[in-house]
Amino acid sequence: MSAHTDLKIPALELKSLVFSWPGQAALLDIPQLKLEQGQHLFIYGSSGSGKTTLLNLLAGIYPCKYGDILIAGQSMAELSAAKRDQLRASSIGVVFQQLNLIPYLSVLQNVLLVSAFAKKIPQAEQRARYLLQKLGLEQQLWQAPANQLSVGQQQRVAIARALLSQPALLIADEPTSALDHKHRDNFMQLMLSEAELCGTTVVFVSHDPALRAYFKFELDMEQLHKGVQPC
Amino acid sequence: MLMQLARASLWNRKGTVLMTVISLTISIALLLGIDHIRHEAKSSFTSTVSGTDLIVGARSSQLNLLLYSVFRIGNATNNIGWQNYQQVKTHPQVAWSIPLSLGDSHRGYRVIGTNEDYFKFYQYGEKQPLKLAQGKVFAGVYQAVLGSVVAQKLGYQLGEQIILSHGVGSISFAQHKDKPFEVVGILAPTGTPVDQSVHIPLEGIEAIHLGWQGGGMPAPGKGISAEQSLAMDLEPKVITAYMLGLKSKMATFAVQRQLNEFKGEPLSAILPGVALAELWQMLSMVENMLLLITVLVIVATLVGIVTTLLAGLKERQREMAILRAVGAPASTVFLLIELELLLMALLSIGSAFVILVAGLWGFRELLASQYGLFISINPWHDQTGLLLAAVLGLTLLLGAIPAFLAYRRALASGLMVRL
Repeated sequence: MSAHTDLKIPALELKSLVFSWPGQAALLDIPQLKLEQGQHLFIYGSSGSGKTTLLNLLAGIYPCKYGDILIAGQSMAELSAAKRDQLRASSIGVVFQQLNLIPYLSVLQNVLLVSAFAKKIPQAEQRARYLLQKLGLEQQLWQAPANQLSVGQQQRVAIARALLSQPALLIADEPTSALDHKHRDNFMQLMLSEAELCGTTVVFVSHDPALRAYFKFELDMEQLHKGVQPC
Repeated sequence: MLMQLARASLWNRKGTVLMTVISLTISIALLLGIDHIRHEAKSSFTSTVSGTDLIVGARSSQLNLLLYSVFRIGNATNNIGWQNYQQVKTHPQVAWSIPLSLGDSHRGYRVIGTNEDYFKFYQYGEKQPLKLAQGKVFAGVYQAVLGSVVAQKLGYQLGEQIILSHGVGSISFAQHKDKPFEVVGILAPTGTPVDQSVHIPLEGIEAIHLGWQGGGMPAPGKGISAEQSLAMDLEPKVITAYMLGLKSKMATFAVQRQLNEFKGEPLSAILPGVALAELWQMLSMVENMLLLITVLVIVATLVGIVTTLLAGLKERQREMAILRAVGAPASTVFLLIELELLLMALLSIGSAFVILVAGLWGFRELLASQYGLFISINPWHDQTGLLLAAVLGLTLLLGAIPAFLAYRRALASGLMVRL
């Protein structure tokens, strides 16, 4: 991953990104955003502010028609849908609010799901075991179907999956909303410290201002639209 | 990977999947079964008579002649002269012949007046000759050889006396009570109308009708007793039809033309193979209708399955979003749904085969003994593969509807699915 070797290339760069649904006013209009490798950014936004759309764009699910998104220097606008899917598999990890796992696959299978679509993850299985262990999931749970785990455990498995390919970027969409206070704290610390170990840049989106405390950098959606840089 | 996913996903929904597979199994077994019976019926039908080159009777349509001479259905338009038959027998091309005299019955089963050549030359199926299961061929005037079904259904044993009826209805008012026949032989089952026939010598036919005039019974007291008739001339004057075996197949058409142009009386000579094929064409309409109905049953089942899939799509939206999140292209969603359907269809085909073969094996004895049907337990025919490929193709085609909808939804709704 180039982001690991060349520090000058930002892990994530947005260039005059504009997005609108057909026949509607622009939902997103972000002049510029740059995140260095390993930077963790908290984006605060109320519902309807375009957070989810932004994440879909960052993940390469929606095509960026106006402007560009660069992941570790790779322009998304240049890529076909299939190439964007590949880029997502190998360079972007995603953690949802809840229900991150395919219920009928085992914990380990869920983590390894990424390796089926990513180009090649070296020693994927070993890394999966290592991550699960580090995230505090006992070995006896690994073969259990994902839906037998508690919500807290499921979210930790989701981190392991998102970080399996040592992605340049981790996208998290309110992953703590289903967790109680104690679990939330534990989850945030685990996620951010693992991301730091991987040198992964984190974009964390939430409408809960209480989570700001975990981040050095924060922006709200309005600031994004004005082109304010995190500093 | 996709395979592993599809298997795990099906296993996860095993209740619904099981019901789906059962319904599909039933309709596929029905399709294969109907197709199998169609083939078996055709082969048993077309092998009703074999080795016979020509069938000759009074001038009539070839179907009519075939039906009454081979299938014992319907009646002859006219009889033909015994002397003319004797003359044809001397034709240099004729290797053998079987005379047939019809018109009487025994409790609904047709009586065939013939001679020992019937048991020597009559062939069915793959040129199999008739075989006696018990007893022997008739030698005396008042002796009868029964087909296997007649013997079994009516519970006749060797040595029993049977009374024939005039005419071919199952209830007859004119019975040949004065001249009972003794059962001397019972034929082995053949799966052809032979099983449903009572065979007596031509002389027997002649004897029971002695003293009859203008088709009516003799007046009481004027009849000729069984013993008396034995002393009389029992050579038949007329017969209904005869079967010919020729020395050379090449001569078939020439002999047929000579017989059709026979000067003595108007005759029809038919090639049984050609007539059977023509008759089958008429009957196969029914078979094709049956097959069409089965195909519709399959379509209905598949539509039901697709409906279930469509209803379940919403529940699986999350699953698809997760796949997309880990980098699966949207096409994976399409392929996954199609693959699951394919697996279910293959499972159904497999179990349909097992059920069908087991069923055929289990009912083999019963079908053979009760209905004289000999159905092979192997339901695989030349175009069975094609038929199954069509079923799979149809499954995938109909499955493309939910698969495509899921694909489109996966593209549009993105990762953050609202539940």
